[in-house]
Amino acid sequence: MDQPENEVLPKLHVPSTALDVPAESFASPAVFNVDGVSIYYGSFRAVAHVSLTIHEHEITAFIGPSGCGKTTVLRTLNRMNDLIPGARMEGSIHYRGAGLYDTAVSPTAVRRRIGMVFQKANPFPKSIYDNVAYGPRINGIRGKGRLDEIVERSLRQAALWDEVKDRLGKSGLGLSGGQAQRLCIARTLAVEPDVVLMDEPCSALDPIATGRIEDLMQEIKAKYTIVIVTHNMQQATRVSDRTAFYSVLRDEKSDTRTGVLVEYDRTVNIFENPKDDRTQAYVTGRIG
Amino acid sequence: MNTVAKADPAQSAGPAHPLAHRRPLGDRTFQVLALVAGLLVLVILILIAVSTAQQSTSWFTTAGASGIFSIDWDPANNHFGAMSFVFGTVITSVIAIVIAVPVSVAIALLLTEVVPRRWSQPIVYVIDLLAVVPSVVWGLWGILVLVPWLQNSIYAHIGNVLNGVPVLGNLFGPPISGAAFCTAGVILAIMITPIITSLSREVIATVPAIDKEGAYALGATRWEMIRGAVWPHSQGGVLGAVLIGLGRAMGETIAAALVIGSSATITSHLLAPGYSIPAVIANQFGEASGVFRSALIGMGLFLFAITIIVNLVARGIVERSARRMRGA
Repeated sequence: MDQPENEVLPKLHVPSTALDVPAESFASPAVFNVDGVSIYYGSFRAVAHVSLTIHEHEITAFIGPSGCGKTTVLRTLNRMNDLIPGARMEGSIHYRGAGLYDTAVSPTAVRRRIGMVFQKANPFPKSIYDNVAYGPRINGIRGKGRLDEIVERSLRQAALWDEVKDRLGKSGLGLSGGQAQRLCIARTLAVEPDVVLMDEPCSALDPIATGRIEDLMQEIKAKYTIVIVTHNMQQATRVSDRTAFYSVLRDEKSDTRTGVLVEYDRTVNIFENPKDDRTQAYVTGRIG
Repeated sequence: MNTVAKADPAQSAGPAHPLAHRRPLGDRTFQVLALVAGLLVLVILILIAVSTAQQSTSWFTTAGASGIFSIDWDPANNHFGAMSFVFGTVITSVIAIVIAVPVSVAIALLLTEVVPRRWSQPIVYVIDLLAVVPSVVWGLWGILVLVPWLQNSIYAHIGNVLNGVPVLGNLFGPPISGAAFCTAGVILAIMITPIITSLSREVIATVPAIDKEGAYALGATRWEMIRGAVWPHSQGGVLGAVLIGLGRAMGETIAAALVIGSSATITSHLLAPGYSIPAVIANQFGEASGVFRSALIGMGLFLFAITIIVNLVARGIVERSARRMRGA
């Protein structure tokens, strides 16, 4: 790792040079150090030169217009992009000091520590109980009592227990959109991850269901580190501690679009006192 | 079919409602053709059932229930018991299913979940080619290649080893013949593997990528992902594919007739020659007349009924699992 432990936000202007700024003394330890990351799909460069640090027990929001690569960056944080043929990464990502893409690192082990909630709720076609118990089971937990305990704890954490406790044997596909998304969160929490990555978790939900999930994020952030991709800027201001604003760089000559990290700072600074004109334009609704 | 133009008040002449329009001739012709084609299938099915039932009545009336359900098949003495053929049909189909299903499902999973797309397509072509090999070719290959090879290289050794062993000796011990229940089962398994593979592959390919990612995101390995996300999605469809394969195996005629050994017996010895309904019909229909002929047609009717039932059950299972998937 080439960045010191107490290093805080590099203020990023593109092209990012990862400037170190004086440490904020209250910053929590780094969970991810992303350094000069570019991500390619085949020969197409989707994201270029992203560097940022994600801090423990904080909610970090990724915002930006479509095609800016925020989801792509998110998916590299638990190596989900490995599943896409032709995807490859340059640069380095360190997770708690260890190289996330080192050859000795197993992607499945990474994903057991770094869970993910998707844009569309994707419960398995199994009972509610079996959905939540799936993760613990593949981790070798077999005892009925132990599983019952984990299922109840996870569903309570996801604020779903009271609604489903009488129908744990019913299919997870019978739930409403908001409930299904909370079931997916419960399923993720059941393996007791360190980090929860959320890819636009509320984009398909109504405001009430969205509110419940946002409340839930605040409740669980004491235990987990959360990174959320969102299209909803109000959501970023409501829930996140830090915000990374991504944008699209167009190369007129080759007609290609590349996602770049424009600015990364405390959320309040991004929305009230952005350093970059593009951030200013985006958060005030003039573009994007 | 410019409905907008037709609905345009400026163009609708006369007192007709401004939104009324006649469906074009091509549309109506197509509807009639489709309806006729659909009904034709049903009519043919019913005609087959009626005419075979008619032509087999003399068997039902002369032999009676006890005669039909006996194992005594001796046309020279007017004994027409069907049970040994029913037994052979069931046994060979079961053997075929037991061999073909694990192989087919494994190939389907391999093609959808393991092999990269550019490799899987050529493999699919080859497997689909197996499905179009005429059954008589399979039968000839069976009798010229498979029967002697199995007899000398496989069955002989199995028989020696298992001779006298309880249960296994009864199943696989002597008497041994190359043309046997088991050989027919192997040929049928090869013949139904493409269809089961193809249908299973289609079902498995419909599992949403997002479900698979959900499993991977929990740290599942590929196998755990298949068990957790792919299998619950596709088990109903795969079971349907298996039952369609079973229906084919039960009805397969020429290939089975060539390698089954043509011996009307009920025995636990799977390496001994046997007989099945389609095989006996194919072999003996030419020289049959009177009640003999009627008995063969009656067994055909019986097989027809069984395959219809198997297909209905398959459909029911697929639909029920689809309903469960929607979260009922």
